[in-house]
Amino acid sequence: MNQTLNLLIGLAMGLNLLALGSSRLPSIIRTMAAQGVILGLLPLVIEPAFGWRVGLVALATVVMKGLAIPTLLRRAMRTANIDREVEPFIGFVPSLLLGAFGTIAAVAAARSLPLLPAHASTLVVPGALASILTGFILLVGRVKAISQVCGFLIMENGIYLFGMLLITSTPLLVESGILLDLVGAVFVIGIIVDRIQRAFDSLDTRKLTVLRE
Amino acid sequence: MKELLLVFAPLAGALLAVIWPSERTRPWLLPVFAAGHTFLVFWMLVDPPAVSPTAWLAFDPLARSVLPAVSLLFLACSVYGVSYLRIRTERPNRVFVAALLAILGLLSAGHQARHLGLLWITTEAVTLAAVPLLHFNGTPRAFEATWKYLLIGGTGIGLSLLGSFCLGYASLRGGGSGDLTFAALAAQGVALSRPWVLIAWVLLLVGYGTKMGLAPMHTWKPDAYGEAPGIVGAILAGGVTTVAFTAILRVRAVVDAAGAGAMAGRTLLAIGLFSMIVAALLLLATRDFKRMLAYSSVEHMGILVIGAGFGPAGTWAALFHVWSNSLTKGSLFLSAGNIRRAAGARTVDEVSGMTAVTPRSATIFVAGMFAVTACPPFGPFFSELRILRAAIGTGHGVAATLLLGGLLLVFFGLTRLVFAIVDGRPRPGAARLEGKRVRETAGVILPPLILLGFSLWLGLATPPVLRDAWTAAVRQLFPAS
Repeated sequence: MNQTLNLLIGLAMGLNLLALGSSRLPSIIRTMAAQGVILGLLPLVIEPAFGWRVGLVALATVVMKGLAIPTLLRRAMRTANIDREVEPFIGFVPSLLLGAFGTIAAVAAARSLPLLPAHASTLVVPGALASILTGFILLVGRVKAISQVCGFLIMENGIYLFGMLLITSTPLLVESGILLDLVGAVFVIGIIVDRIQRAFDSLDTRKLTVLRE
Repeated sequence: MKELLLVFAPLAGALLAVIWPSERTRPWLLPVFAAGHTFLVFWMLVDPPAVSPTAWLAFDPLARSVLPAVSLLFLACSVYGVSYLRIRTERPNRVFVAALLAILGLLSAGHQARHLGLLWITTEAVTLAAVPLLHFNGTPRAFEATWKYLLIGGTGIGLSLLGSFCLGYASLRGGGSGDLTFAALAAQGVALSRPWVLIAWVLLLVGYGTKMGLAPMHTWKPDAYGEAPGIVGAILAGGVTTVAFTAILRVRAVVDAAGAGAMAGRTLLAIGLFSMIVAALLLLATRDFKRMLAYSSVEHMGILVIGAGFGPAGTWAALFHVWSNSLTKGSLFLSAGNIRRAAGARTVDEVSGMTAVTPRSATIFVAGMFAVTACPPFGPFFSELRILRAAIGTGHGVAATLLLGGLLLVFFGLTRLVFAIVDGRPRPGAARLEGKRVRETAGVILPPLILLGFSLWLGLATPPVLRDAWTAAVRQLFPAS
């Protein structure tokens, strides 16, 4: 069980680096969606007794993270007629290096945390920390609104991955709350992106600089 | 039963607002539902219901000590809202009214949430519900402010979720059964895994601190308060930030039970003093009187967490300050909204002489300014005095000095701006000089005036029932003392 789990999380960690190195928006969105699908499969691997609850959580995650959100983002990109190149604020090579360093640091940090024996041999905690860090790098290091949203979602993926530690012990409420709110967040962000586009004729957040002190 | 009604009645009102056909009569839903809410909440304040220790949502002593203030503020804002939306008929108000009512319901849920997950879900939902309110004005600047609010607020919410998970894991690692109610977590006490508790505390403080607008996570605040209508600013500054503060208090009680209370107190003190100093310096620099209110809010959030850092006595004073800050800030935001509409501008370079244009609003604004800078005999003076006494009582002389210094700087910053706006000659841009009549109707004058009256009343004669409520809340948060 642990080997499959670690394989999947390892893949997700690789996708983090891919997202950091992508220079085109559609590929960042695709990377993020692939990561979402992998995360959606995790509950099936972690929970040995396959029940309808676990199945439902997995299905909902795959549909939301792998399908609905990427579709929304692609639509926002199309309607807003966005230039497909990603403009970096932190360059691709520096952000890749940061991401790689962050991944190593995440593995090291997870070693020093007190984990239950069942969790100590898995990559859940390092994977979560690495994704959160990657999300932050994208959030801070990219200029386009959509790539910032992708950064936010990769960070959310990391937090969701961390939640896997608790999936057997906490009620479904926490799980469904995460999905529901994620939809809400992206839905609203999507609308706003649309509005920014109409108001500024661009999705370049560097132009959002009237309000500063 | 009543505690659920507090949540679901306003949510039903929000649904009703969505399907209500008439633009003209829809705003009246606000005061109707708000009045019902206030009535119910004050009934529960006087006659508190029994709380089952395992309940996920209950009107417990902590909810009882702050939710009535939020309800009262919302009622005043909703009355103001009817007149405000009548002035702003050019904007459709369906989403605005629905979002306001939804916020009332979600705030009631957030204040009463006794479960880590439920608390997080309600705070996130409040954040999302506030989005349509922020860009009600529809200007590019309003969208920019909303974008920043979403990005910073979203990240803050993500971190508080991560913090909640860490606290959950602390319980699991300590042999917990997966019951994430605050009562169950606190009952585990020192069995909670300490490193995870510390990580959770940092993440939750940063996450909910972002929602509160503590420096250095305050950057969304001046933009959002500056661009949103005054009524929205009042509800955000007096209601939404309060729910984040009670969240921090609830988590703090768990950290306390886990034996890390001294560390939690120190971090609260540090972040509070930092917020206060940052806000004071920004107040000395800004030239915009709506952004000024935002910095003043950052300052008062700082004072709240400073108070919470001084143990039981300080927390009692902080709960008092929640009341005096919510009511006073509401009065300031609403009167500032009136002034801004009449002046057509927001910076001291463009606005002056408002006593001649809007005499009543300007008077309330000046009185509110004195109240919020803690001049006697208004509420904030007495609550801040209590915080200072708690500081000296717990031997935090340096912190008390810094607090006083910060208050003094804030006083300079606020008086400088407020008098520049109300004194002097009206500028050519002001409405009256362009031939338009500025009507200060009862609907836009009475709500801020009444809020100011409550602030005065709190200072002169704090009702015993409130003192009891705060004492009960402190007993809930510090069961050992």
